[in-house]
Amino acid sequence: MSATRVQQRDAIPLAPSGPGWLEPVRRAAGALFARTGFPTQRDEEWRFTPVGPIATVAWQRSPTTPGAADRTALAAFRFGQPEWFTLVFVDGVFSEELTTIGPLPRGARVGSLRAALEEGGDLLRDHLTRHAPTDASGFTALNTASFTDGGLVYVPAGADLDRPVHLIFVTTSAAADAALHLRNLLVVERGARANVIESYVTLAPGTRYLANLVTEVSVAAGSWLEHTRIQRESERAYHIALTHVDQHRDSHYRSFSMALGGALARHNLHARLNDENVETLLYGLYLTRGEQTADSHTAIYHDHPNCRSWEVYKGILTDRSRAVFNGKVFVKPEAQKTDAKQTNRNLLLSDTAKVDTKPQLEIFADDVKCTHGATVGRLDDVALFYARSRGIGAEAARRLLIYAFAAEVIDEVALEPVRLELDRLVLERLGTVG
Amino acid sequence: MTMLDIQDLRATAGDAEILKGISLTINAGEVHAVMGPNGSGKSTLAQVLAGHPSYTVTGGSVTFMGNDLLDMEPEERARAGLFLAFQYPVEIPGVTNAYFLRAAYNEIRKARGEEEVDPMDFLDVLEAKLKIVEWGPEIMSRAVNAGFSGGEKKRNEILQLALLEPRLAVLDETDSGLDIDALRIVAGGVNKLRSTGRSFIVVTHYQRMLNYIVPDHVHVLAGGRIVKSGDKALAHELEARGYEWVEALHGVPA
Ligand SMILES: Nc1ncnc2c1ncn2[C@@H]1O[C@H](COP(=O)(O)OP(=O)(O)O)[C@@H](O)[C@H]1O
Ligand SMILES: [Mg+2]
Repeated sequence: MSATRVQQRDAIPLAPSGPGWLEPVRRAAGALFARTGFPTQRDEEWRFTPVGPIATVAWQRSPTTPGAADRTALAAFRFGQPEWFTLVFVDGVFSEELTTIGPLPRGARVGSLRAALEEGGDLLRDHLTRHAPTDASGFTALNTASFTDGGLVYVPAGADLDRPVHLIFVTTSAAADAALHLRNLLVVERGARANVIESYVTLAPGTRYLANLVTEVSVAAGSWLEHTRIQRESERAYHIALTHVDQHRDSHYRSFSMALGGALARHNLHARLNDENVETLLYGLYLTRGEQTADSHTAIYHDHPNCRSWEVYKGILTDRSRAVFNGKVFVKPEAQKTDAKQTNRNLLLSDTAKVDTKPQLEIFADDVKCTHGATVGRLDDVALFYARSRGIGAEAARRLLIYAFAAEVIDEVALEPVRLELDRLVLERLGTVG
Repeated sequence: MTMLDIQDLRATAGDAEILKGISLTINAGEVHAVMGPNGSGKSTLAQVLAGHPSYTVTGGSVTFMGNDLLDMEPEERARAGLFLAFQYPVEIPGVTNAYFLRAAYNEIRKARGEEEVDPMDFLDVLEAKLKIVEWGPEIMSRAVNAGFSGGEKKRNEILQLALLEPRLAVLDETDSGLDIDALRIVAGGVNKLRSTGRSFIVVTHYQRMLNYIVPDHVHVLAGGRIVKSGDKALAHELEARGYEWVEALHGVPA
């Protein structure tokens, strides 16, 4: 066994004791990871993703005593209304003190996954590790073997969780060289409605750590979920995440995935459409600078007829940064009347930034409407001139057009405070874009 | 007072010389029509005046209210009071018309030493301007020109003209593609904005718009030169005899 492999195994933290059914799942996942290790760029799925360095670091177990974070420090990451349910995890550890959870609808549950695991019950048995395939990648296997905590959101049938849930995962300098394995579980039952935001943020922008995340989502028949992800990790961090969504009949799932941070950030988003008349909207925005790499891999599984998926991912790249987009759409032979549209648009602000974009449609049904398109371009000179001809200065015109490029996809977010926050983040970043 | 003085202006795009020595003097309050066949250089003249970076001025001079226009950046020209209504207005998805127009309005105000207005006050300013183009406020929450019909785009140009109150407005084929109702509204808007201190260059292929916006002078551009100038009667004569007439007159190949 190579030294690297040994280090990888040491990265497996001591998982909290859980219910009996989970033990074998974790053990199998641990064994799988011990066999496969982390993926490398020789794996087709990771070809453009420089994951190599991850396997060379002797990652520490996540700190059991998290670093210092208080309400004042966290204020920068909160948004929306004070009555929102806000759960805070510092260096992967749930903070009761920084968390705000108001009165919940009957039967609903919002809290730490670890606490729920300690209690036991059928809810977790039915869903936890049941959606995201353990063998999705070495990272997923490692996460399954090792996750320590995460957010749990359960909305019972017919309930409207009228306040959004904001899960904030913040790192401090105590996370230096640590691997954090966290798992979220979102379950929206029949006819229920919810809005959930995941934020990955840092108080230690220069710190190196590995955030290895899995979010499992179950969207039951007739339910509605908006799911936003804001990734603002340290620009030295590795952020590897899988979101797996299972959707059922007549459900509506909309996702917005924003990536700003990380030395390397990879987000896999898989949506499985398990029944008819499902609607899936996937939006994304990545802004990279310096030597950052942002990688978005999405997969939509159209397994049944009469479903619609709509996907728009946009990227703004500067300096020597890189982006990867891979969008798979699988349409099974029985998935007639599928309506799927995928778009990836990239704006390059420097000559040295680079994009690898690959739409991948595998369509086995004949009566479908499926389109895709990818563009990589620069700021439009004619539009710049138009703005300048109205008195707007060259630099302001540039910023306006970059902002406009981003705003077009941000506008798709349903919940206004989220939209405003995403806008703010773009404008904040543009202040420093070269 | 001389508003604009163009002397022997020459401009190229790439290797091609498009403007081949244009001279034109416009006084405050005057309306000059520039007519000519397709490809004669009308849009190039308009774009060169506004400072489009694709064109290189290779000779001549342009003086705008006593200043060297060619020495200014596009935004400086706008702030000095020059306005170009584009033949093909540009779509900017993601920015609302309200945001864009307020940004422009505030830049122009700053240049005049006036205070910027906030979004609420801007709505009041807009109300009167929207009336000029017979529009409701709905248009302001749409993205700039995105998905606008041809007529809506032209109307949006005139709305910006009304808002920015330039000293010299260049309208590049603002009439093209308009049905008769839209033409009446757009031309009516321009007429409301005519004043003794404001000059217009109305670029058009057809005489039609000049029935509404009656020019003081008419110039015919062919092959990058002004080949004939006259009063509004010239526009009618062109309508009757066609552009071949002036082109033949001056040995310009059609
Ligand atoms: N940016 C450009 N690059 C190359 N050729 C151009 C450019 N702009 C205009 N031209 C050419 O210059 C000539 C005049 O064009 P234009 O000014 O648009 O004419 P008009 O507006 O009178 O129809 C045409 O032959 C056109 O093809
Ligand atoms: Mg033209």
